[in-house]
Amino acid sequence: MSKKEAKGAAVETAPKVVEKLIPVYAMGRRYEVPEGLTIMKAMEYAGFKYIRGCGCRGGICGACSTVYRKPGDYHLYVGLACQTVVEPDMYLAQIPFYPANRAGYKLEELEPAPEEIFKLYPEVFRCVACNSCTKVCPMDVQVMDVIAAIKRGDIAKAATLSFDCIQCGLCASRCMGELPQYHIAQLARRLYGSKIVPRADHLSEAVEAVSEGKYNKMLQELMGMSIEDLKILYQEREIEPEIAGEDWQPAEKNYL
Amino acid sequence: MNLSYYPGCTLKTKAKNLEDSALASMSALGVNLVELPRWNCCGTVYSLADDDLVHHLASIRSLIRVKEEGNNKVVTLCSFCYNTLKRANLLMKNDPEKRDTINSFMGEEEDYKGEVDVVHLLEILRDEIGWEGITEKIKLPLQGLKLAPYYGRTLLRPGEIAIDQPESPTILHQLLEALGATVVDFPAATQCCGSYQVVSNPDNVLECAWNILSSAQRRGAEAVVTSCPLCDYNLSQRQEELGQRYSQFRAMPILYFTQLLALSLGLGPEVCRFDLNYVDPRPLLESKKLI
Repeated sequence: MSKKEAKGAAVETAPKVVEKLIPVYAMGRRYEVPEGLTIMKAMEYAGFKYIRGCGCRGGICGACSTVYRKPGDYHLYVGLACQTVVEPDMYLAQIPFYPANRAGYKLEELEPAPEEIFKLYPEVFRCVACNSCTKVCPMDVQVMDVIAAIKRGDIAKAATLSFDCIQCGLCASRCMGELPQYHIAQLARRLYGSKIVPRADHLSEAVEAVSEGKYNKMLQELMGMSIEDLKILYQEREIEPEIAGEDWQPAEKNYL
Repeated sequence: MNLSYYPGCTLKTKAKNLEDSALASMSALGVNLVELPRWNCCGTVYSLADDDLVHHLASIRSLIRVKEEGNNKVVTLCSFCYNTLKRANLLMKNDPEKRDTINSFMGEEEDYKGEVDVVHLLEILRDEIGWEGITEKIKLPLQGLKLAPYYGRTLLRPGEIAIDQPESPTILHQLLEALGATVVDFPAATQCCGSYQVVSNPDNVLECAWNILSSAQRRGAEAVVTSCPLCDYNLSQRQEELGQRYSQFRAMPILYFTQLLALSLGLGPEVCRFDLNYVDPRPLLESKKLI
């Protein structure tokens, strides 16, 4: 047996990577896609091109809300298309945009009072606590509780509870009271962040120091240095030890 | 004693005087009202349409929260919340068909069968502490203060949820007597204040307020006592208008029973938040040397 033949035989016995295909139904039509793909990749594999309803592909931006159903189960499931893995016989649909009501306002003109939210979003009182919003939220935000907090005027609680909201709008898509929960919660967070939480004194002090030119000299020195010198400076920089007490200070204290 | 407590939205906004004075008073009486960690607006009104089940969900969910806390009793302060929660609870207790539909819709919750007892704070004062127990702790009897106990409808109707005899209640009379006040009985004590009709029929509600307040005034009352933020609003918000319409009308403070309780327990006017009452009761209370 020649050397060449032996090599060929070896190639034939090597495990061949076979992609297993599974059926899914995208917008009502059957496609076969490799298993293990996310819904987004499966749709693209099937030939759909995302021109809206697709953003970071990392589960953060909330653009790719998706709704699906599994065979033999009446429940509607939702998720982010970039994060949810396909299962056999899934029925898939995208919600690239949901036309929920978004009130216009100038934040600087608003008081941090619940009445401001009630005026801009009177539909908040149409909530009947059906809990559909909480059930669809892909970020596990307690959406119904956010609305309950707003109804009782607790802006801080609404802001805190809705902190993980990525504005995907799925809550609004399922709401029987036609509330745009994500926009309402965003207003609560804006009021809370800009007008309710106390200002951090150290931040305004630092901003003042920057505007007064405290760091100008240092920055100019850095800008005048050669790349080599900058590299040395960077490599030799003083780093805070991993276990350092609260009173730890660097050797260079000029810019503290 | 720790008791699960359902505040309701109004007590967190317009009726802080009701909540603050109640919590402080109960604490002085040895009862800790523990607010539910999660609760929804009760829905304000118990829906009477036979096929409208969805408007009971908010109340029922809050009752499920009570159960989750390991308790079988929840205390309310607002008469309207009391009425709505209590009736929703009765529905879940007595109507197996509707109960199944509602439980099936709320698939994510534990099934609920009306296990939680909804009580009003007045019932706790009467049944758990007792009038004598209150009298023992009184530091500042409300001597010389002529008060008309006003019940309205929501604590007493329908009869199956009444906290007292629906036609001739005495529970609020007895509390005010225990506090040392002069109780003024008046025929309009259980008439409706006009309730949420204030939104669509404000004129009718003004007439209701006139009937109730003038009835109390004719009997010599100096203030009217209530447990309901909506009654408070309807009876006090438009007294100026009443004065213009009826020359014999005199402005008259409306007080929450909890404010009077706190005052007589010696907790001071600060916890009573008299600044939030629509008609300032302070001149009256000062004239009686109570503040």
